[in-house]
Amino acid sequence: MSDATIHHGGDRKWTDYFTFCTDHKVIGIQYLVTSFLFYFVGGALAEVVRTELATPDPDFVSPEVYNQLFTMHGTIMIFLWIVPAGAAFANYLIPLMIGADDMAFPRLNAVAFWMQPVGGILLISSFFVGAPQAGWTSYPPLSLISGKWGEELWILCLLILGTASILGAINFVTTIFKMRIPDMDIHSMPLFCWAMLATSALILLSTPVLAAALILLSFDLMAGTAFFNPTGGGDPIVYQHLFWFYSHPAVYIMVLPFFGVISEVLPVHSRKPIFGYRAIAYSGLAISFLGLIVWAHHMFTSGTPGWLRMFFMATTMLVAVPTGIKIFSWCATLWGGKLQLNAALLFAIGFLSSFLMGGLTGVMLAAAPFDIHVHDTYFVVGHFHYVLFGGSVFALFSGVYHWYPKVTGKMYDEIWGKIHFVMTFVGFNMTFLPMHYLGMQGMNRRIALYDPQYQGINQICTWGSYILALSTLPFLVSMALGLIKGKVAGRNPWRALTLEWQTTSPPEIENFEEMPVLWAGPYEYGIDTESEDGDEDIEDMLTEVANVG
Amino acid sequence: MQSSVTTTNGAIASEYQEAPTEQHGHADYRMLGLVFFLVAETMIFMGLFAAFVIYKVTVPDFTKELELLVPTINSVILVSSSFVMHKGQSAIKNDDVKGLQLWFGLTALMGAVFLGGQVFEYSNMEFGLTEHLFGSCFYVLTGFHGLHVTAGLLFTLAVLWRSREAGHYSSSSHFGVEAAELYWHFVDVVWLVLFLLVYLL
Ligand code: HEM
Ligand SMILES: [Cu+2]
Repeated sequence: MSDATIHHGGDRKWTDYFTFCTDHKVIGIQYLVTSFLFYFVGGALAEVVRTELATPDPDFVSPEVYNQLFTMHGTIMIFLWIVPAGAAFANYLIPLMIGADDMAFPRLNAVAFWMQPVGGILLISSFFVGAPQAGWTSYPPLSLISGKWGEELWILCLLILGTASILGAINFVTTIFKMRIPDMDIHSMPLFCWAMLATSALILLSTPVLAAALILLSFDLMAGTAFFNPTGGGDPIVYQHLFWFYSHPAVYIMVLPFFGVISEVLPVHSRKPIFGYRAIAYSGLAISFLGLIVWAHHMFTSGTPGWLRMFFMATTMLVAVPTGIKIFSWCATLWGGKLQLNAALLFAIGFLSSFLMGGLTGVMLAAAPFDIHVHDTYFVVGHFHYVLFGGSVFALFSGVYHWYPKVTGKMYDEIWGKIHFVMTFVGFNMTFLPMHYLGMQGMNRRIALYDPQYQGINQICTWGSYILALSTLPFLVSMALGLIKGKVAGRNPWRALTLEWQTTSPPEIENFEEMPVLWAGPYEYGIDTESEDGDEDIEDMLTEVANVG
Repeated sequence: MQSSVTTTNGAIASEYQEAPTEQHGHADYRMLGLVFFLVAETMIFMGLFAAFVIYKVTVPDFTKELELLVPTINSVILVSSSFVMHKGQSAIKNDDVKGLQLWFGLTALMGAVFLGGQVFEYSNMEFGLTEHLFGSCFYVLTGFHGLHVTAGLLFTLAVLWRSREAGHYSSSSHFGVEAAELYWHFVDVVWLVLFLLVYLL
């Protein structure tokens, strides 16, 4: 590989990003940028919600608009932000990590991406016809009597995005199974790929069931059937079962890819082999499997018979076992490592602490008696934001910083990155920690008007959310400064061992000039630094790699 | 970088440069993709069937009697068409292009007859979509399946067309044939479950 090829590495015109481009790297960036745009929309909606909740009266927006706001906030954050962001990482990274030149089905991949803006525009256009008001769960009969067209657009959006996510999953599994370089067996594959296997399995098995629920709901709404309408003989609980058969696994669809990200970031930035490679890999699959059989813990208050509640309670608590295995493995990876406390690792550690908290409140909620007490209160809102924000979003930022040099060829600005982390961490905990207390005191979720006794704590949450919103600015500054005057990164600034770091930064259009070579297992940092037969050790080789650039 | 890789891993590097690099163009991974797609399809039907079964078990007076003659004939036609189609696939494995076209043509015809039968059945139905829960389930389930038969029919016709007009498919390259067949078998199996649940039980 001459200097010339390094120079030409990653030649892409900016216009490529606005076309039906089949390059998985372009698609990955398209996914990420699109999902970030929706993140800002969803975040802005959340700020309006929080502003409204700063006072007990519904004075800032009308209750009707309030309903639309949290419905759209939840829907956008889940279906247009965190799920596609997982697909963004998978699209960019999987082929590079396994040494392939593209995904197995490049055109299908582009189709799946372009369904995102289509779905997003459909959803947002519902504001013009009366946005849906029944929450992101869209429970009938409420969803059947509030804003018909808005609700229908919501359904269409979800059907389109669900299809896209299924197409993506087919692509990921096929690529992982069939396109690894010949000497990479499944147990020398990066853990991110394992995470995407588990995620894709869940998508394939659960997302279609949501589609079934939505089809029936759509018939109720538009054709006058009564599948879920009790006045016509139907049963709204059937909807809940179908919905949660998807939406409980969906929380793992939202976090598993980022578990994968964390498994990549931690060993590199602590210069240690990952602790328990197989434990992490298999526990992901175990989480997927358990995730498929615990859905009715969302329905403890829906008249579920006691013995069934016991079953779902027990299986839900079981999920803590593989999750705990992961957390322990990650902590053990950090333990005694040479930590490089840059923005990437800081966010990873922020992830660990916040996700731990979300996991613990999750176990609390799995206990039916406790769940019945705090059902549909702010305790639940606090819990799932610790999982989704503290878990997924923190890990996502960690991954963005970690792979930024690979994608752009430049280093991000470390100072602004750290400011970003501090503001996010403070703002996040200030917003969501007090919500647990609010919930235990009995404050309901999804209300614009609340009892004045809750006002003080709500104001803390609201101020926290402003800090959180502002934390986006240092992030953008760090990214922009990196692009404008960042240090040239070279191929492998972190001296990492996974294959994506063997190609140029950004990777050239064909990914690799020649088939990449497994240097060692993906995480063998620090071991084998003194190989017996006098060969150059891996660490040294990587230092050299870092200096090429 | 080049040099350091060759010094540490020289042997490995040269060994793998000779390994086949072509990663595209194999039918096997396309087949795998189709199988995963059918897994997803199966789950949609599972969702619909699950709803149906819950209603059947929990809603009083849910089930209504259905006329069995047409759907039974239809079932026989659809199941036999799967065998007919399989003969087409065996034919192309022996490079018998005429055979492929004959059997696939017959399959398409049988599929069309099935759909015709369904239209006939609908037009003689005693209840409509919104009359009662059973009616809603009946039309949505059979209708959704009918859509899949239509898709399978188009798939079969596409294979037929590509074989006749473009001369595709031979004993060494017939992914499209196998994919169409797998899809058709899938639609068939789903019908059997549907027939059992909705008509017979
Ligand atoms: C800027 C940060 C955020 C703030 C301040 C925020 C705030 C809120 C608040 C106050 C609610 C409750 C509204 C109500 O029940 O009346 C809510 C609901 C929700 N949030 Fe967030 N949120 C943020 C970020 C996120 C993220 C990143 C996600 C997911 C990835 C998310 C997912 C949800 C969901 C699913 C709901 C439930 C909506 C519903 O009940 O229909 N939020 N959020
Ligand atoms: Cu759940």
